[in-house]
Amino acid sequence: MKFKFIEEKIAKSVMIAFALLVVGFVVNIIYTILRRGLPALNWDMISKIPAGGYYNGGGGGILNAIVGSLYIVLGSAFLGLLFSIPIVFYLNIFLKKDSKFAYIARLAFDVLFGIPSIVYGAFAFTIMIYLGMHTSLGGGILVITLLIIPIFIRSMDEVAIQLPKDLLDATYALGATKLETIKVVLRQIAPGIATATLLSVGRAIGDAAGVMFTAGFTDSIPTSLSQPAATLPLSVFFQLSSPNAAVQDRAYSAALILIFIVLVISITGRLITNHFSKNKI
Amino acid sequence: MDTFQQGNAAQKKGTLGSLFFNNFLFNRSSLKHSRRQQSKSVYKIRNANLSVNNLNVFIHKNHILKNVNIEIPDKKITCIIGPSGCGKSTLLKTINRLIDDTEGVKYDGSILVDGTDIFDKKTEITEIRKKMGLLSQRPCPLPMSIYDNIAFGCKMHGEHKKKKLNEIVEEQLKAVGLWEEVKNRLNSPASKLSIGQQQRLCLARGLAVAPEFILADEATSALDPISSKHIEELFVEMKQDYAIIMVTHTLRQALRIADHVVFMYLGEVIEAGPADEVFNNPKQELTQKYLEGAFS
Repeated sequence: MKFKFIEEKIAKSVMIAFALLVVGFVVNIIYTILRRGLPALNWDMISKIPAGGYYNGGGGGILNAIVGSLYIVLGSAFLGLLFSIPIVFYLNIFLKKDSKFAYIARLAFDVLFGIPSIVYGAFAFTIMIYLGMHTSLGGGILVITLLIIPIFIRSMDEVAIQLPKDLLDATYALGATKLETIKVVLRQIAPGIATATLLSVGRAIGDAAGVMFTAGFTDSIPTSLSQPAATLPLSVFFQLSSPNAAVQDRAYSAALILIFIVLVISITGRLITNHFSKNKI
Repeated sequence: MDTFQQGNAAQKKGTLGSLFFNNFLFNRSSLKHSRRQQSKSVYKIRNANLSVNNLNVFIHKNHILKNVNIEIPDKKITCIIGPSGCGKSTLLKTINRLIDDTEGVKYDGSILVDGTDIFDKKTEITEIRKKMGLLSQRPCPLPMSIYDNIAFGCKMHGEHKKKKLNEIVEEQLKAVGLWEEVKNRLNSPASKLSIGQQQRLCLARGLAVAPEFILADEATSALDPISSKHIEELFVEMKQDYAIIMVTHTLRQALRIADHVVFMYLGEVIEAGPADEVFNNPKQELTQKYLEGAFS
């Protein structure tokens, strides 16, 4: 057999091995969570807030954290889209390809992308102290928004940068102003927006460090933006730190709920984008 | 087979349209009343007028267009011919100022469209572009349904009545001979059409905003022979209502349909004039050589 065929066989086996390794990790994580979390999962977990002594094995559930996490994710995803779509649009439509400002802005977003969430949390925390604010749902939403805006922008930008020039020219030729091309641009980059949203939501719902200082933790469900809010990752953390094995198992069921929420959001996101991007050229 | 039949049908419609139009032209001074009625129809009294004066275009210090002076006659097909890289497409893109987005571009001179200098700072470029339907080399439908592709421009210019939009969509799709092929799937994505159908859709989309000029940048070069024949037939038919400016690198196509020819070489206009004059009796040696196929 010629060497190049042997080479191909070896390369293929290495690729398969690596792919299996990664899939193995995921399966292992899910298996562990299911094995320990599923027995502890019951209706009380998702329908009740923690009763007294919950973290020592008392009754109740983690509804406070589920609701808190959903508030923060939905709020920050909404704010993130609100801020990042105009930025991406400006970078790609209004600025020329060789613009210095666009270059600096993209560099800045890359740097922001890499900053760990604990730094965002600490940064927001000092500002909150300065302003005399308490830990609150609003603070949590703001810090998570800051955290995910670079993710939104960079992943949408990668798609927007490849907008066909012919498509923009065709739109201009109909007498569109730059702003009026947004209807065409948004339709064309819809899959990018969806991917960006899913990545951001994943990061937002899983973030513990950013919300620790800013949203705080509480056993009740927040009813306004100025009240502190619990989040699922922190709930997992507090339950795991308990010496009580039964409470530790509950931490795994909380993680299971977290994964389930991410899954539901991902699938809905994909369905919505497929609907909007069917016309993509 | 289908395509040919539709082509014929479209031609018949064209003849009717032209009768209507000529008739109207002859009588237009007679009755004020009829003029007011007619001006509401598609065939408005208008005088599309485009002249390029002393135009120079530089891109990053490269002198792309050198002192270009041409007049585009109304209701005729003007073909811009010349070897690759001679500035044909740049000229076309300068006429509707799509060249503005090119990095490092500078221009001087003037282009008068119906008396308005398009380089004037006060000129609203969107209004100028609205007067010019663009057909690019590869069809580029908008990422929307077939219906919305045509309605998009109208909506943008303030037409939101559903009934009126339906009329425009049907009228323009019929004008390009696409109506019978797509009337049952107006809501399916435009990208699902064949490439020839897409090009006709793009033409209809441009026509929907009621332009005076049609700019075609090698509009048939990506199409199969039948589709390009179809587009050529449409151009011949439409020249009664529009001034058509066409960049082409196929000399034979220019021979077939041009009424007026502009021959360019290395950024300069070498010769311009009526087609039979330029083709049969070229004044310049370069034009003659090009026509003989000495270079391309």
